[in-house]
Amino acid sequence: MRELELYFGPQHLGMVGNFSITLKVEGDRIKKADANPGYLHRGFEKLMEYRTWMQNFPLVCRINVVEPDHIELIYSMGVEKLAGIDVPLRGKFIRSIYCELARVGSHLFGLWAYSNMLGFDTVAQWAMYHRDLVLDLFEELTGARVYHIYIRPGGVRRDFPQGFEDKIISTLHSIGGKVPDYNATFFENRLFEKRAKGVGTLTRENAVKWGAVGHAMRATGMKYDIRKIEPYAAYDQVEWEVPTRNEGDAYSRLLAIRDEMIESVHMIFKLIDKMPKKGAVYTKTPNPFQWKIPAGEAYVRCESSRGELGLYIVSDGGDKPYRVHFRTPSYSHGLTILEKVLEGESIADVGNIMISLYVVAPEIDR
Amino acid sequence: MAETSFINPFKAIKYLFKKPKTLCYPFELKEPAVRYRGFHINDWDKCTGCGNCADICPNEAIEMVKIAELVSKPEEGLKDERPELDYGRCCFCGLCVDICPPGSLSLTRDYFHIHFNTDTFTFIPRDEKADKDSFVSDDEYSVLKASLSHRKKDYRGFSPEIEYALFETDRVRMPEISPKKRKLSFIEQVIGYKKEEAISEATRCLGCKLCEQACPAHLQIYEYIHAIAEDLPEKSLRKIFEDNPIPSMCGRICMKHCEDACSLSIRGDALAIRWLKRFVADTIDDYKKALEITPGKSTGKKIAVIGAGPSGLSLAYFLRLKGHDVIVFDELPGGGGTLRTGPPTYRLPLDSIDKDVNYIKSLGVTFKFNTKVGKDIKFDKLLKDYDAVFLGIGNTVSFSTRVKNAEKCCLALEYLEDNKIGKQRKVGKKVIVIGGGNVAMDVARETIRLQHMQHPKEKVVTKTVSLEDWHELPATEEEIEEAKEEDIQFNPAWGPKEVVLDSNGNIKGLECKKVKSVFDGKGRFAPTFYENKTQFLEGDMVIEAIGQRPDFSFMGKRADKLQFTKRKKVKVDKNGMTSIPKVFAGGDIVNINLDAVTAIADAKVAAEGITKYLLK
Repeated sequence: MRELELYFGPQHLGMVGNFSITLKVEGDRIKKADANPGYLHRGFEKLMEYRTWMQNFPLVCRINVVEPDHIELIYSMGVEKLAGIDVPLRGKFIRSIYCELARVGSHLFGLWAYSNMLGFDTVAQWAMYHRDLVLDLFEELTGARVYHIYIRPGGVRRDFPQGFEDKIISTLHSIGGKVPDYNATFFENRLFEKRAKGVGTLTRENAVKWGAVGHAMRATGMKYDIRKIEPYAAYDQVEWEVPTRNEGDAYSRLLAIRDEMIESVHMIFKLIDKMPKKGAVYTKTPNPFQWKIPAGEAYVRCESSRGELGLYIVSDGGDKPYRVHFRTPSYSHGLTILEKVLEGESIADVGNIMISLYVVAPEIDR
Repeated sequence: MAETSFINPFKAIKYLFKKPKTLCYPFELKEPAVRYRGFHINDWDKCTGCGNCADICPNEAIEMVKIAELVSKPEEGLKDERPELDYGRCCFCGLCVDICPPGSLSLTRDYFHIHFNTDTFTFIPRDEKADKDSFVSDDEYSVLKASLSHRKKDYRGFSPEIEYALFETDRVRMPEISPKKRKLSFIEQVIGYKKEEAISEATRCLGCKLCEQACPAHLQIYEYIHAIAEDLPEKSLRKIFEDNPIPSMCGRICMKHCEDACSLSIRGDALAIRWLKRFVADTIDDYKKALEITPGKSTGKKIAVIGAGPSGLSLAYFLRLKGHDVIVFDELPGGGGTLRTGPPTYRLPLDSIDKDVNYIKSLGVTFKFNTKVGKDIKFDKLLKDYDAVFLGIGNTVSFSTRVKNAEKCCLALEYLEDNKIGKQRKVGKKVIVIGGGNVAMDVARETIRLQHMQHPKEKVVTKTVSLEDWHELPATEEEIEEAKEEDIQFNPAWGPKEVVLDSNGNIKGLECKKVKSVFDGKGRFAPTFYENKTQFLEGDMVIEAIGQRPDFSFMGKRADKLQFTKRKKVKVDKNGMTSIPKVFAGGDIVNINLDAVTAIADAKVAAEGITKYLLK
């Protein structure tokens, strides 16, 4: 059979985001896949070298459109580690609640993309609507719907507004009440099972070898979650479980996402219960115009909704970072793993696999 | 997989019969959250034009632009500039709101702007008060017209909250001797910052430079504060000396116009600029080594400076750097002028004065102390022998109230001088000080110390009587507070009527009358009294501290040629020259501020003027 070269994206209906894959196909089967990143390169890491420690935090969130919150968090954690700043307990709880909300919002967005891709338009619209409810919460807390610019080095920018905890609880209850509907229409739907089961399978050995993180890793049975391994914010303050699956295919990855969302919601309830009712939400940092951080380097990591997110940050003792480097989960997922996993799969499953791996293009390019 | 998995998905059909969640824009609007970060709004009455918003903006979306209708008031820390937003660059992060020192800038919940002209996206935000046309009430508002010039009234979103501000509002506390302890001796009240304290205080500076505008001598405050923050005191001292050669004195007694203008003072404590200057002057023992300044090439011109006060010292320094020969005459045994005799030791010790004077001396300025012009050397001779003469004579004669028996009272300046550099005066147990200015505070606070030293373990009391009421007292708030802490009693809004004597001719007390008003309708000093409302203050000593004037008698007949302004100040032109050719003047006899830093400013003008005059 004749081998063809196909360009999948960036202008392709099945592609989410500014990303492209060159496929070598034989009939319907993919022989080889080459990921082509670079359509969204904005040079954030370089830009950050020209902005002060404080000016950088409104910038970093733009690295990931889907879920800016964990990028804000990781930047602040890096600066705090370099400068030796402690975050007050209430600030830590707010950070955890905020990040879990972000995880729910981001997973719903992922669910929209995935179900939309497979043609489950109804579910896709539900997911988008429910994500909007989470965005409403963000708007109330931070003043913006997408780029929240809320976590600052030292803590968070503002305390919860009056009665915000109740609003979170009622919103999450109303989303949670729809889980049976989601299950009936999507997760337990035979069509979904047919499309996703056995597709894009990642074995545990390969997952480790190729640097998989997050739900892709957990779908192969590994209990790998930075929130447990290296607890940050307030994740060590409450009891929670790391949901895992064993199959390692697109189906199990999606179910892992669902279980994670449910776990996150439970965690938020527990965090709200345990959160100190009063207290500072941030530690005062020096005057932003004259803030110099002693020379040194730091590596910090957190668990974003797509997996382990790392930041390597260097200070030369100045008022700006000397070098910043993000280790984003989509980087390994979108480049190495996607290329390997696509081999032998059908063209129709490219988007299916890609989104089940949660590849977000801006994170790869930065 | 159960058989139901075929039927289950059809459960979604029930949503067909539900109301859609999508809003039907523009007929249905979604109300933004209370904290929404939309377009800016700026309260022009509060905005000082400091430009911190423009400095912090990560996208350089804010530019400060001059506004024609505004007037810049440097002494109040107000610039005639306001921020202009470029909404093509703004990312609505709100850093500008959190850094705004006066808290004038906030974001609103408006976020619509549709226009064919892209220039309209650059926008100078104002608020409802300043821009009545753009802000409309809810009833008049239509989303179809929504734009930067059609916005909702009272629609504030993300607003400045002082507890979340990005700057530090609290000053690093200056260690001081407690009032209980300090009123027993002349120990210097302020201890001075340690290095760490100074660095952390200096780091508070936002760098808006409003202070530099406000300072009469226009010191490069930002530069020298920044150098302290970077732990470079030598660099800081060099910056100070470019405009002020007496930092050790100024660091203690400056009237700190800069701190009044400091943008941090609006919602917090002003930066401790004066104490930081003092820190630099105190930290560096050897000015000469740190500064490495050498006088300019000799010009062969000789200038006589009369008075070694702040203006005379500064002028001598500036002229010496230009290469002139400078000879300073002063009747006192050392330099400092009024600062040597006036401010009590607990505020300004003599070694701090001598440190500055000795440095100026080391540059080659000749000082002739204990030499009174007019008595030891004739003024005419100076005029003949020197290329230029500078009058920095200050106010040296105290006013008297001239009430009945006023001749029994002490006069403030003599009293202060004797206690500081002469023979200490004997004080009574109940002392009354007449006056409400800084000199009166110095007198009162010095008196209470002398009382404790001369009458230990006895009940002593010092009270002040002033025409002005609490809110009008001319003394600085700081002085009044510290005097109160030291148990000085105040009798504001009372005027002296008569010094009452007992049968032996000794002072028994002061009869006072209630003040009706101090100033007339035009703001001129013209006190009126309720003649029948009186009170008697018991006391065995009365000191008058109601003001001072200069003494021109040393000039002989030439004094008649001096011209004066309406406010009875010596008239000088823009070069600092008086109406007598060759004679320049500065300091308290010229300016109305009557403080050291303004004297330095005068000296800077005169130094340029004299050089221009001599080298023309």
